[in-house]
Amino acid sequence: MTDIRDSVVNIDASGVYYRELNNRLRDVVANGSRKIELRNVYGQRYIGTDLNKPVEIEIFGTPGNDLGAFMNGPRIIVHGNAQDGCGNTMNEGEIIVHGHAGDTVGLSARGGRIFIREDVGYRAGIHMKEYRDKMPVVVIGGTAQDFFGEYMAGGTLVLLGLNLGKGKNHKARFIGTGMHGGVIYIRGNVEEYQLGKEVGVADLEENDRDALRRYVSEFAGYFDLDADNILSHKFMKLFPRWLRPYGRLYAY
Amino acid sequence: MRDLRQVNNIHDDDKVIDACAIFGAMDRAGKRFSGESVIKAITNMHDRGNGLGGGFAIYGLYPEHADLYAFHIMFLDKKDKQETEEFLRKHFTVTREEEVPTRPTAAIKNPPLVWRYFLDMPQSLPENLSADDYIVARVMDINTGTNNSFVFSSGKNMAVFKGVGYPEELAGYFRLEEYRGYLWTAHGRFPTNTVAWWGGAHPFSILDWTVIHNGEISSYGINRRFLEQYGYQCTMQTDTEVVAYAVDLLMRQHNLPLEITARVLAAPFWDEIERRPPAEQKLLRALRQVYGSLLLNGPFAVIIAHHGEMIGLTDRIRLRPLTVGEKGDMLYLSSEESAIRLIRPDLDRTWLPMGGEPVIGRLKKEPTPQDTTGGEKVSAGKSV
Repeated sequence: MTDIRDSVVNIDASGVYYRELNNRLRDVVANGSRKIELRNVYGQRYIGTDLNKPVEIEIFGTPGNDLGAFMNGPRIIVHGNAQDGCGNTMNEGEIIVHGHAGDTVGLSARGGRIFIREDVGYRAGIHMKEYRDKMPVVVIGGTAQDFFGEYMAGGTLVLLGLNLGKGKNHKARFIGTGMHGGVIYIRGNVEEYQLGKEVGVADLEENDRDALRRYVSEFAGYFDLDADNILSHKFMKLFPRWLRPYGRLYAY
Repeated sequence: MRDLRQVNNIHDDDKVIDACAIFGAMDRAGKRFSGESVIKAITNMHDRGNGLGGGFAIYGLYPEHADLYAFHIMFLDKKDKQETEEFLRKHFTVTREEEVPTRPTAAIKNPPLVWRYFLDMPQSLPENLSADDYIVARVMDINTGTNNSFVFSSGKNMAVFKGVGYPEELAGYFRLEEYRGYLWTAHGRFPTNTVAWWGGAHPFSILDWTVIHNGEISSYGINRRFLEQYGYQCTMQTDTEVVAYAVDLLMRQHNLPLEITARVLAAPFWDEIERRPPAEQKLLRALRQVYGSLLLNGPFAVIIAHHGEMIGLTDRIRLRPLTVGEKGDMLYLSSEESAIRLIRPDLDRTWLPMGGEPVIGRLKKEPTPQDTTGGEKVSAGKSV
């Protein structure tokens, strides 16, 4: 008999309601399974929540909103696109999307890593945070829409712009609006007017380059890309100019 | 008053995940298709609504009566029907009239009467009025009249089917799988600020314009007052109604192209305008000056449709979601990509449009009679 830990559990999600699907995931993980493949996924929400084990879940299809919400440990690989709220408030684990993702990727994330091969929608990284060793990282291969890193309070956002045409800028406006923690690295150019009032621009330092190399190498590994080539281009660093931008707004 | 949690959440754990669902599908070659796929797609987004509103718009619906205005009218009372029919006979030639076919389902409780009338214009119209103007005026007469009759739709070769329930329940009730059209929109409602009643379900419609909407129109009061100056009366108690009248005013009466209309409803921010080339700046400033009161403020994603065009548009900072999918001549708009994938897994392309940038589906050519009568024969207005 093969050890259940080595075998892959296949689940056909056709027509399965999201609650039922997440209950089944809880059951198979509780029974010791460590690798699960979900097929025919069409919009079921919260996949990967409440499992608390380092399991690997491979998804074929289009998972629903809040993929990996509050996730604590699993690795999710999506063969397709993710919808809105991917990695909502996740604590630990990885989400790897072989496609694009909708709005608010990594919203309020407090740990773990998210890798999106292509573009992301509005408000990626909104209100990400960090505390001691908990440090969420989101790496995006394509470009982002407006309010990238809005109200960001911690963690790292990396925007690679691999699909931007030669000499083309990222189009996102209001980048880092309300940012008061964490750091954003952007490969490719943005104009001053595209930045929120709360962010400063700087060149990368040694520790930035080290961190970036780690994140980009991991990204490149998942999607079979050349990390050196990606890293050879110029990056800009965005940082919060104030830790409490509105500290004096209501008390003076 | 229904307990929303009971309607929405059978698990009794206070989780409410609704946000309205919008879906649109258009065959840009004009080929008519059955509603089954659209019903399946909107059903996949069941949880976005809460059973207090669902509805559909179908274009290319009544090819046998393509030259007649198809009025779908809801009567809250039987005696209202008699009165409104007298009104119709006085102002039109009623060519055909019948109850909209339904099948009794447990889910749809206390449905009102819904009838349809195929109307021809009277011999002579009052001076200075186009046929469309005449129709709009008569629709306003019925909607604002003392009896409880409300016109759900009043365009040619199209109709709106809507009510209180989940969209899949309304589809079952109105037997929508029996109809064919080249453009369908579908809505699942989660009423936020306004009452859940049959008239308040989406789509909202005037002539062949229809609008479905996820979000809130915070500027409703300003928009409504502006539209009242042009004779539009808001009677459906829901913010979305102003969008239908705004597009009728801008596109039909003022003859503005769709791209300009989108710049009125979701005008670029002033600092954005300043970065545009001088000629475009001049245009955008003029639009904001003339039509400032039609700017839609607040979070919204809408699908607007009329004959030959389907438009997806969100507010300028996209506070409500919209995904686009394309497969050959088919164009899909949806709150969620999964709903499109479910009925069309092999899409050529999917993307998320920028806030305030319209996504436009246009018929490649006007459908010829061969196109509209191709496929299954559906006798106009009668379910077969």
